[in-house]
Amino acid sequence: MSEDSPGLAHHFDSYEQQKDSATLGMWTFLVTEILFFGGLFAAYGLYRTSYPAAFRAGSHELDITLGCFNTVVLIASSLTMALAVRGGQTGRGKLASVLLVLTMVLGTVFLVVKGFEYHDKFVHHHIPGPSFHFEGPESNHVQMFFVLYFAMTGLHALHMIIGILLVGYVAKRAWSGAYTPQNYNFLEGTGLYWHFVDLVWIFLFPLLYLIGRH
Amino acid sequence: MTTTPSTLPDGGPRTHYLNAAYGLKSWLLTRDHKRIALLYLVSVSVFFALGGFMAVLIRMELATPEGDFFQPDIYNRLFTMHGVLMIFFFLIPGIPAVLGNFLIPLMIGAKDLAFPRINLFSWYLYSIGGALTLWALLHGGVDTGWTFYTPLSTNYVSTSVLTVGVGIFIAGFSSILTGLNFVVTIHRMRAPGMTWFRLPLFVWGHYATSIIQILGTPVVAITILLIAAERVFHVGVFDPKIGGDPVLFQHLFWFYSHPAVYIMILPAMGVISELVATFSRKPIFGYKFVAFASIGIAVLGFLVWGHHMFVAGQSIYAGVIFSVLSMLVAVPSAIKVFNWTATLYKGSISWDTPMLYALGFIGLFTIGGLTGVMLATLGIDAHVHDTYFIIAHFHYIMVGGAIMGYLGGLHYWWPKITGRMYPVFWSKLSALVVFVGFNVTFFPQFILGYLGMPRRYHSYPPEFQVLNVMSSAGATVLGLGYLMPLIYFTWSMRYGPKAPANPWGATGLEWQTTSPPPVLNFETPPVVTTAPYTYPVAANAPEVRSV
Amino acid sequence: MIPSSPVLPDQASDVARSVDHLMLFALSGLVVFSTLIAVLVLVFMVKYRRTSANQVGIDIYETNPKSHILELVWSVIPLGLLLVLFGWGTKVFFEQNRPPAGAAQYWVTGRQWMWKIQHPDGRREINELHVPVGRAVQLKMISEDVIHDFFVPAFRIHVDVLPSRYTTYWFKANRTGTFHLFCGQYCGVEHSKMVGSIIVMEPRAYEAWLAGEKTGPSATGVASGEELFVSKSCNTCHRPDSSARAPVLNGLWGTQVSLNDGTKAVANDDYIRESILNPGAKVVQGYQPVMPTFRGQISEEELIQLVNHIKSLKGAPAEAGK
Repeated sequence: MSEDSPGLAHHFDSYEQQKDSATLGMWTFLVTEILFFGGLFAAYGLYRTSYPAAFRAGSHELDITLGCFNTVVLIASSLTMALAVRGGQTGRGKLASVLLVLTMVLGTVFLVVKGFEYHDKFVHHHIPGPSFHFEGPESNHVQMFFVLYFAMTGLHALHMIIGILLVGYVAKRAWSGAYTPQNYNFLEGTGLYWHFVDLVWIFLFPLLYLIGRH
Repeated sequence: MTTTPSTLPDGGPRTHYLNAAYGLKSWLLTRDHKRIALLYLVSVSVFFALGGFMAVLIRMELATPEGDFFQPDIYNRLFTMHGVLMIFFFLIPGIPAVLGNFLIPLMIGAKDLAFPRINLFSWYLYSIGGALTLWALLHGGVDTGWTFYTPLSTNYVSTSVLTVGVGIFIAGFSSILTGLNFVVTIHRMRAPGMTWFRLPLFVWGHYATSIIQILGTPVVAITILLIAAERVFHVGVFDPKIGGDPVLFQHLFWFYSHPAVYIMILPAMGVISELVATFSRKPIFGYKFVAFASIGIAVLGFLVWGHHMFVAGQSIYAGVIFSVLSMLVAVPSAIKVFNWTATLYKGSISWDTPMLYALGFIGLFTIGGLTGVMLATLGIDAHVHDTYFIIAHFHYIMVGGAIMGYLGGLHYWWPKITGRMYPVFWSKLSALVVFVGFNVTFFPQFILGYLGMPRRYHSYPPEFQVLNVMSSAGATVLGLGYLMPLIYFTWSMRYGPKAPANPWGATGLEWQTTSPPPVLNFETPPVVTTAPYTYPVAANAPEVRSV
Repeated sequence: MIPSSPVLPDQASDVARSVDHLMLFALSGLVVFSTLIAVLVLVFMVKYRRTSANQVGIDIYETNPKSHILELVWSVIPLGLLLVLFGWGTKVFFEQNRPPAGAAQYWVTGRQWMWKIQHPDGRREINELHVPVGRAVQLKMISEDVIHDFFVPAFRIHVDVLPSRYTTYWFKANRTGTFHLFCGQYCGVEHSKMVGSIIVMEPRAYEAWLAGEKTGPSATGVASGEELFVSKSCNTCHRPDSSARAPVLNGLWGTQVSLNDGTKAVANDDYIRESILNPGAKVVQGYQPVMPTFRGQISEEELIQLVNHIKSLKGAPAEAGK
């Protein structure tokens, strides 16, 4: 890090090069994330085609109101995140920090609601495993639906938790004025990650809650 | 390629990346891509030695048909761990993380990779994954075969599938991050004048490899995670009891693991392109063809996974499609072989050690590739599937191809990496011994496979013994061949003669800087004005010190 | 069984001969191309050996306009040959996988670590299969646990044996002898002991063998399909005269069945097996999904008996789906 260019790493020639690298790196990382979830989406696609009735039955067990609520919460958090990045870009670190804390709050609300949904599944013996119980035909295939439900939403929730921790770190850095219009790359990268996690939910919600519902 | 040469006079004390700092901490916390490459060199060598040791035990068992050396459960652990260690901890990281890490910034004229901290983090991930796997090895190992087919791996074995799975998962992220680092570096960090078509083919090979690492590895990561979850919760997406399809696992697994073969071979192809050009002293014949062939292999490689499943119960029409696509992958590979051969034509060919490895590669890869074409042929694969024919084929690609490329590359860049030369006679002898030992080991296995000897058999019918004994004998020779570089490389680090900046008279930015390079790679930032492998006409040829 | 040639396994069916011819074609391609490369490399290495330290090579690519034609040639010729190989290989693959009409149907159950084989007449063998020469034999195969693979080198074909559905293997031996049967898919500790023999006999020797064997399925402890149909209480609902609870099974085999969700299914082995294990998956039109699942209560071998029994139920074409 040279004296006259704070925040510029030693191996970069210019802020521009550093920013371009960070952005490309983050996008590339998100591509790997898409493929990471892709394995689960492929499994979902295969089993949904093989056992459509069971998946419809499983889908009916989910609480669509809570699902809708959570979707709105996440979209709102994306908005606060986008505004926070804008704040960082224009050098208003304190504003960005407040917006980031708001994003964290919304993310936590999402997780709490998700927790209530999981609890409900527990109460109704819809957790896959030996204690799984489902009244109706094809209960084993309904169990497969719930395996996928928990795998997909669980992986998504894990990403949310990582996201909230990241946002917290960035909020702290933003408050102390670490981000300048020349270098707010980490803030922007975190924003991209947050939007990606929201986007995954935008796919999960219809696939798990909506399709096949009458 | 002209740059402002910045070599200091040889011999005098000079600061370079090796002596810039001392102590364990200066290595374990380094962000210098060259030092991280050396960390990888040590780690992958350990795993190669372990995997090789297991191969020796396997060949020992197979010298007799009865299965009298080990119990079957031990034998199954041996071949499983051999596969896991060699594939995930040696071949996949091998060339990219050692040679790629060291050379890509040097070759494109950058000070470092785009994300030096992530680069170090990758090495730690790799080490943690490797340590977990070794820990599992000491606690019963794993006996599912490196392919982890369900439901065997999820419901029917009691070995350390979970630990090894997590180990591979973690190492997988190391691979993803290395690929990501390379892609960003190649896109954003090139020196002025280093256009895409002035990149050395080594860099093209690594670019193609990185694409596969980025797109493929996450899929196998989630697949292995699902296996681990199924073992923990006793229920999961591959569980037949709730309608899970074991063939789904195979699709997900091979979607990565077939392209993974190209993760192993594409960097080696990149090395070979460098070697053939340097030791023929002329540009690669059809540079753009070879560069695009790498990308073509990477892209087509994602469309052929189903050829591992011709007899797995998938529809025979799916088999037809995967067969024709697999045939197409052979075309870019064939182009490369022909272009390398044509490069030799009217070259100025020296018989230095790296070139001997390169020529060995061309021969073995040709046989490996053509037997691969046989396996892509439905009617033949239906017979030799999962026999020793497969074993022979992929060892021709991975050992005859990837490891020959790796060793060739090490011999080529060793003077740059360490600043020392190694003994000429012994290194040439090692190339010969490896080539002979390899063929004696694996050629009989083609015949064994066609005769019908299935893979992963602890005991076998007695009529297969003659060929098995040949193979085991060859393995001994091959093992000796691998020990030799280990010994003389270690020797040369201390006692080898000092290497000049450019011992082979090669082009390429990495040869314009000193050996070993300074911490930030170049004394003055290089500027590129010509295509790669541009040799001056004979009259003003660079001064070359013969080795 | 010692192979007749050191590099070629026994060739015991016409399909095996087709595979060998295909292999010979591919092999000649391999020899031609690898020899070509090896000779060129060696000749160039010697001929263009560096003679003076400062010598450099001559770049012919840029200077010779024919370079591109050359590249085109060595892209297109291999492509053409590869497509020929693909076509031929596909033809052989269809031979390997499509049993002729009228092949005798045997059943194979794979489990860790043995093969259980049932003849069309109910006779059963373990790790051995006796067949007369010249008879087309079709094997319907299923696994009770992990994935196995039925592999007879003399017939040049592998087929995986899955735990989830039936797969099919067929052969028609054209010579007598004893041939290796291997499990071709790694299946656990004793994988290499999951081996057996295919014994191909002259028709007369086969008759003698039949006469000398104990017959009847009860000899091996598996109830017949007819007994199972009663003991599992299938007959309480699936009665020829029943009208309300369950579809009639007589004459069902091979017909097309209309399902509750408006789709159709063919009543074959897999359909019947699935309907027993997973009755809710395909419910016949006009019926309620009331049948309990038998998953976990019935072995694959018992399933085979039941499938065979239902197949044998003759009568008026089922009313189901009409």
